[in-house]
Amino acid sequence: MEQLHKDPASPKQRVSVLPVVPVNIGRRWFMRYVGVTAAGGVLLSSCAQENLNPITGPGETSMRGGRAGDVVELGSGDIGVLNYAYALEQAELRFLELVLDTRYDGMSTKEFQVFKDLRDQEITHVDFFEAVLGSFAIPKLTLDYSSVNFRNRDSVLTTARNFADLATAAYNGAGQLLTDANNLATAGKIVSVEARHASVIRELIAPGSTYFAGDDVVDPATGLDPAKMPGEVLPVAQQFIKEIISASRLPMA
Amino acid sequence: MNLQNILNEIEQVDSEVYDRLKHVSRRNMFSMFAKKAASVAAPTLLASALNKAYAQSDVVVDVLNFALTLEYLEAEFYNVGMDTPGLIINLDRNVFGQLQKHENAHVNLLKSVLGGRAVSKPRFDFTAKGAFPDVFRNFKTFALLAQAFEDTGVRAYKGQAPRLIMDDPILTTALRIHSVEARHAARVRELRGLKGWITGNESGGAPPAVYAGEEAVTHLEVSSLIPGVPYSASTEAWDEPLSKEDVLKIVMPFLE
Repeated sequence: MEQLHKDPASPKQRVSVLPVVPVNIGRRWFMRYVGVTAAGGVLLSSCAQENLNPITGPGETSMRGGRAGDVVELGSGDIGVLNYAYALEQAELRFLELVLDTRYDGMSTKEFQVFKDLRDQEITHVDFFEAVLGSFAIPKLTLDYSSVNFRNRDSVLTTARNFADLATAAYNGAGQLLTDANNLATAGKIVSVEARHASVIRELIAPGSTYFAGDDVVDPATGLDPAKMPGEVLPVAQQFIKEIISASRLPMA
Repeated sequence: MNLQNILNEIEQVDSEVYDRLKHVSRRNMFSMFAKKAASVAAPTLLASALNKAYAQSDVVVDVLNFALTLEYLEAEFYNVGMDTPGLIINLDRNVFGQLQKHENAHVNLLKSVLGGRAVSKPRFDFTAKGAFPDVFRNFKTFALLAQAFEDTGVRAYKGQAPRLIMDDPILTTALRIHSVEARHAARVRELRGLKGWITGNESGGAPPAVYAGEEAVTHLEVSSLIPGVPYSASTEAWDEPLSKEDVLKIVMPFLE
């Protein structure tokens, strides 16, 4: 049985809440809430970063794309968590673009429509994080899917399933890292769509079965999807990302 | 136990809180509330007031009992459906059997978390006072209601998640149920010939209230309408929450 007790011994990373400075940046008003804590984190620790290749990430203008080998610092606080999601969404979107570019042998009309829907939907997720993070956004990542055989249905569907399941578990785990309820509510609007993707992809893999919410992913005893923390998720995503994602400042719990 | 009393109680909890804090809007309150650091690093009068207003256990119990009520509904719906000869046949039994298993697991999980504070199972009328008279005779009606319940469940958990922000283990558990409901919803939708995701506020024959507001294209003041992206995708990509009040309006006809 799941342990659901309250655990007072696991405080979140606390960052003092500075006076809110009115920021008039149109639709990015919410940065008032998340920007303050993250900016503080960046300022405090920007000179303590490792001496690897140029550091990109929160606080730097990231109009340019990242480069292989760059260390991409996600940042701290809610900003870091949103950048974490942004990185995953970028990786997912690029994969889906490549699926549609190549179209595996025997892709049905229905399958094409599913992948097109997924691609189009993920565009809006990526765009959202880019817009909402503004100057705190990590750069456009360099993605490498050479390990996926895009002509092969199994290879594509397996990767698509892994991504959708991973994204679902990642959002489930990240919810508790967010400190702003608006951010949490918004992440909630995305995660259920990721779960829908997982369900539909799984049905393509094993039609007519229980696989859409299979016992391999949903714990049959509790009926719970996994929740994975960044430390578990990022190494999986990293295999497709040429930059080095640094989550060192993410809240731990 | 009389469910109406429970629901009245639940609403009373909310109104008390909002009365006490009526100088702040609900949204502001959540934002302030979200700054958990405030209560630790920089105690303020407001943070203290919020802590009292939102005595953690009361909020959590409120949310979990609300969730439990919905899970009772879903579990019994599938239990009856799976036990009705000829209603669900062939491969569809895989689907609804899995849903049945999960919803009963959710009931057990929530009951175990709530212990003695768990509400009792209400009595259900799945015809909704005659609106769906053939619910257990006609698979199409059954599947329609399954879709409505699952998509409502997704929206209900989504709406409650921010209220659990102070309690990480409970929040995470709720999120882990939430995404399973979404897996279910997508599968039932496809089984009915719909897309797994919700386009605009299309109800697919379900009560329109289930999908009211799903057409939203603004998220944290960012528009999801993007050149080159179909409007459909801009709405499908974002599921929308429902307030407890709106969920209860949907569910109430199914309660005896």
